[in-house]
Amino acid sequence: MNKRQLSLRGKDVLGLETMTVAEMELILRTATEMKTIIDRDVKKVPTLRGKSIVSVFFEASTRTRTSFELAGKYLGADVVNITASASSLTKGESLRDTLYTVEAMGVDAIVMRHSAEGAAKYASEIVSPVIVNAGDGAHEHPTQGLLDIFSIKEKKANIAGLKVAIIGDILHSRVVRSNVWGLLKMGAEVHLAGPSTLMPRDIEQTGVYVHNRVEEALEGADVVNVLRIQRERQSKGLFPSPREYARIFGINQARLNLAKPDALIMHPGPMNRGLEISPDVAYGDQSVIQEQVKNGLAVRMAVLFLVLMGGKEIETIA
Amino acid sequence: MKLLLKGGRVISPAQNFDGIADLLIENDRIIEMGVNLSEAEVEIFDAQGLVIAPGLIDMHVHLREPGLEAKEDIASGTRAAAAGGFTTIACMPNTKPVVDSSIVVSGILHRAQMEGVVNVKVIGALSKGQQGRELAEIGDMIFTGAVAISDDGSSLDNNQLLRTGLEYTSMFDCPVITHSEDGSLVEEGVMHEGAVSAMLGLKGRPAVAEDIAVARDIMLAEYTNAKLHIAHVSSKGAVELIRQAKKKGIKVTAEATPHHLILTDEAVKTFDTATKVNPPLRSADHVAAVLEGLHDGTIDAIATDHAPHAFEEKDMEYKQAPSGFTGMETALGVILTGLYHTGKFTLLEIVERMSTAPARILGLDGGTLTVGGIADITIFDPELTWVVDSSKFYTKGKHTPFNKQTLTGKAVATIVSGKFVMKNSEVCR
Repeated sequence: MNKRQLSLRGKDVLGLETMTVAEMELILRTATEMKTIIDRDVKKVPTLRGKSIVSVFFEASTRTRTSFELAGKYLGADVVNITASASSLTKGESLRDTLYTVEAMGVDAIVMRHSAEGAAKYASEIVSPVIVNAGDGAHEHPTQGLLDIFSIKEKKANIAGLKVAIIGDILHSRVVRSNVWGLLKMGAEVHLAGPSTLMPRDIEQTGVYVHNRVEEALEGADVVNVLRIQRERQSKGLFPSPREYARIFGINQARLNLAKPDALIMHPGPMNRGLEISPDVAYGDQSVIQEQVKNGLAVRMAVLFLVLMGGKEIETIA
Repeated sequence: MKLLLKGGRVISPAQNFDGIADLLIENDRIIEMGVNLSEAEVEIFDAQGLVIAPGLIDMHVHLREPGLEAKEDIASGTRAAAAGGFTTIACMPNTKPVVDSSIVVSGILHRAQMEGVVNVKVIGALSKGQQGRELAEIGDMIFTGAVAISDDGSSLDNNQLLRTGLEYTSMFDCPVITHSEDGSLVEEGVMHEGAVSAMLGLKGRPAVAEDIAVARDIMLAEYTNAKLHIAHVSSKGAVELIRQAKKKGIKVTAEATPHHLILTDEAVKTFDTATKVNPPLRSADHVAAVLEGLHDGTIDAIATDHAPHAFEEKDMEYKQAPSGFTGMETALGVILTGLYHTGKFTLLEIVERMSTAPARILGLDGGTLTVGGIADITIFDPELTWVVDSSKFYTKGKHTPFNKQTLTGKAVATIVSGKFVMKNSEVCR
């Protein structure tokens, strides 16, 4: 057996499709340690002092942007946010030139959110700072996938063998795609359900199960991850009305009873209460939705730490 | 001075000829063909080990001039053609202004005479401004030299307009070329819809959009008894529809591009905008069907859909980048590598589909090597191995999904009207 060092230092975090199980586990273990910092009275450690992180958000976001910003700041890094409306993006500057500008300021990591699938990969190919994908269109949102897995692991210890149901607008969801890759690699059984108009064709070829009836996906599930339904999908003719969606696909207590009694309820936020999820379920005993937000911060601290300082964290694996 | 091509393997599908022979050329004509020809005062080109074929014809090229010269112009585009071994190209009308009147047709023909290095044929628009509302002056353009009529670049969703376009154009015995994808089904799509798009999150252009449009096009061609040519066939369903239409005697012909014959949607996983094209690169089952269609004659010709864009236009987020990429300088190498060296097609079959068939569809001279015929000749080395380097292309468009690939087979000389326009892989002027 060769022993080798596992390090994420200098590595771009583009998606879970390209991440190994060992890398994911390293992030999750590190996140456990990071989570203890969040509860401290003084939440500032000097680990990333002298490192600079720019978060470039070409698409609106509150929680992910805030989460990355605090993650960097708790670790002592300098963090600056650029949002599309506040920069020269509105003046028609190309993505390449925007990235060159950020790179020229000597930043160590760029956290990027963009509406175009593949934008983070494109960035990683043209500039030298580490790229952390904070969501690229409907493609991937790796830190969300990791925080979801982290949240499951906190309660279920082992991912392998779990039945995870993901319910809602699968077609437009980057959260789903990162979850699918991460969960499948860790041995979970992934069941997707939602209106057939919001289900990508042929997605079952990845190894997931696809259901038109939400009840089938919920049956005996260990985890129920509920996705946000964007009302604009209705105007595009992909489902007839919020009322009908809630009636056929909304997760309420009666439906949740089909899952295991200790099934977890998750939601990446922001929620449409009464549409995809009923309030009693969202705030019920099985819900870990609030904890997900905290875990998101811990996971992002771990990711930033590992990609910027990961060389110091030496893992020995068989 | 006369030119003697000596010892090459001459392939002329029109005569079903494939054998070693010499070819003697005087001025713009082939004057003799035979073995061991000799001649005083002659320039000799040693063609041993090389294939001598009738000049390749690319019936689907976007030359971009007038108006879009940042992407390509007649000078650069015809040099790219010469480098790729094409002696004749037909250019699509989606320029600025659109080629929808005889003055634009004659302007392109004139400039091609002045600045071009290969023969340029013009395809006129079907509708004014390619707006899909009123017929363009189709007759006037044909009388000025247009060889086909097409609204390629935009999908023709108005059935009535296509019907009248086919009826009207049929008076002149001229084909209408369609880009067949139903507009409403591909609206925001940027790649083939299937397992790969499902995981990349990119919006799909389903194959059924092409099937529906091809079915509609064929039905209208049958109803109007007009000549229809389907551009860049890429779906399994379209191949089958064309196969049935031909059996019924409907006047339909079709082309396939090298990229739809070789590449699958797996190539899009790189998010490289050089893989973005309409119709999109499809899954392996579709690629196999297109290949079979090309083999059994359902699909008549190979055409590149050479669609160059300026670097900065393609240097974009995938869904924002324009569709299309360059094809003329890689086509022969890609086809020889993927179709000949894999044993799927003979050289005679390949030359037929890249020269004889397009000449027949567009009603052009050429596509054959005959004594007394015009000396448009492509000489290629089927065994020459080379690496695609798009930075060295003659075309202004540097994006190609074949960049950095190793290909076997390349044009080494191109002769137009008896004169070398490309020799030893260098364009002569």
